Amino acid sequence: MLQVSIYRYNPEVDVEPYMQDVEIDTGGKDMMVLDVMELIKAEDDTVVYRRSCREGVCGSDGVNMNGTNGLACVTPLSKAVRKNKLVLRPLPGLPVIRDLVVDMSLFYAQYEKVQPYLQNHTPAPAIERLQTPEEREKLDGLYECILCACCSTACPSFWWNPDRFIGPAGLLQAYRFLADTRDTATDERLGRLDDPFSVFRCHGIQACVNVCPKGLNPTRAIGHIRNMLLSRAT
Amino acid sequence: MVTSVTSFGRSGLYDWFVQRASAVILLTYFLFLGWTLVSGVDYSAWKALFQQTWMRVFSLLALISLCAHAWVGLWTVFTDYLTQRLLGAPGSVLRLSAEAISALIMFTYLIWGIQILWSS
Ligand code: SF4
Ligand code: SF4
Ligand code: FES
Repeated sequence: MLQVSIYRYNPEVDVEPYMQDVEIDTGGKDMMVLDVMELIKAEDDTVVYRRSCREGVCGSDGVNMNGTNGLACVTPLSKAVRKNKLVLRPLPGLPVIRDLVVDMSLFYAQYEKVQPYLQNHTPAPAIERLQTPEEREKLDGLYECILCACCSTACPSFWWNPDRFIGPAGLLQAYRFLADTRDTATDERLGRLDDPFSVFRCHGIQACVNVCPKGLNPTRAIGHIRNMLLSRAT
Repeated sequence: MVTSVTSFGRSGLYDWFVQRASAVILLTYFLFLGWTLVSGVDYSAWKALFQQTWMRVFSLLALISLCAHAWVGLWTVFTDYLTQRLLGAPGSVLRLSAEAISALIMFTYLIWGIQILWSS
């Protein structure tokens, strides 16, 4: 029997959050953490969490498992469980709506700030704006982000200033458009990032890189942005 | 709310650059001092060294770097932890007080340092 401790909070009835202990029979199988959550829900349907694709594509089931953020649907028990114990908590740093569901508004607000869409005001060519394979390659490792928020909610700088520091997820997307040869708003984009918080609250400790379920590297992207700011200023 | 008005240069890049440049100056200065001490120096040589204008300028540069470095570093710490978000209403008051006290201490050390450097 797997010992699971799950964070419970329903603001309509609970005065404060508490941890609920449950025992789950996994049948000795190395299932995914999401499967365990489904088993818990089958027994107690008041447990609330988000999930949709259950295969690491939609990014809705980011949770904190034994202290590490990740997608429950693609994290096997063999990776998450320690000493037969699994502690499930909501992603840290964001307001909890109920149980494992967090309010992502702050996270999305930061994403919105980087204007995550292609900007180019030159006349559009007849068919499409072309890129060479090399130019296209620059977007690899950037465009794959599914906005699960595992990284930003693992970042201490984002915990302390979620309203002013864009955070690893937003900055990865900021760089995705800075690196795109079809985008012509580079200077305006950089101009909006030059304050002491948006980019420069990153202290490079790579907590974000550690948890990204897509294996992306926001720290490297942030380094590129910093270099672009530096060469723009000199 | 946490704003950038009390930051050193009001630009993140500028603060970041000041932090790096001052670190290099401080490292050079202390390596030089360490080397001087290790290679054996008596009181009169030490005094003579600090009577040279270049050494005084170098020391002053290191002192200014120390203040700038400390300001950027402490400002970052204060705006992380002494905030309304973390501490409620007293956050901003605490942060501004901490900033004021640090600024006063640094200013005092700077003037005092100049006095010492040019005192003999
Ligand atoms: S490297 Fe930067 S963005 Fe990533 S967790 Fe650390 S401070 Fe946050
Ligand atoms: S960078 Fe990775 S961890 Fe961060 S939001 Fe995108 S997919 Fe999730
Ligand atoms: S449920 Fe879609 S990523 Fe896990």
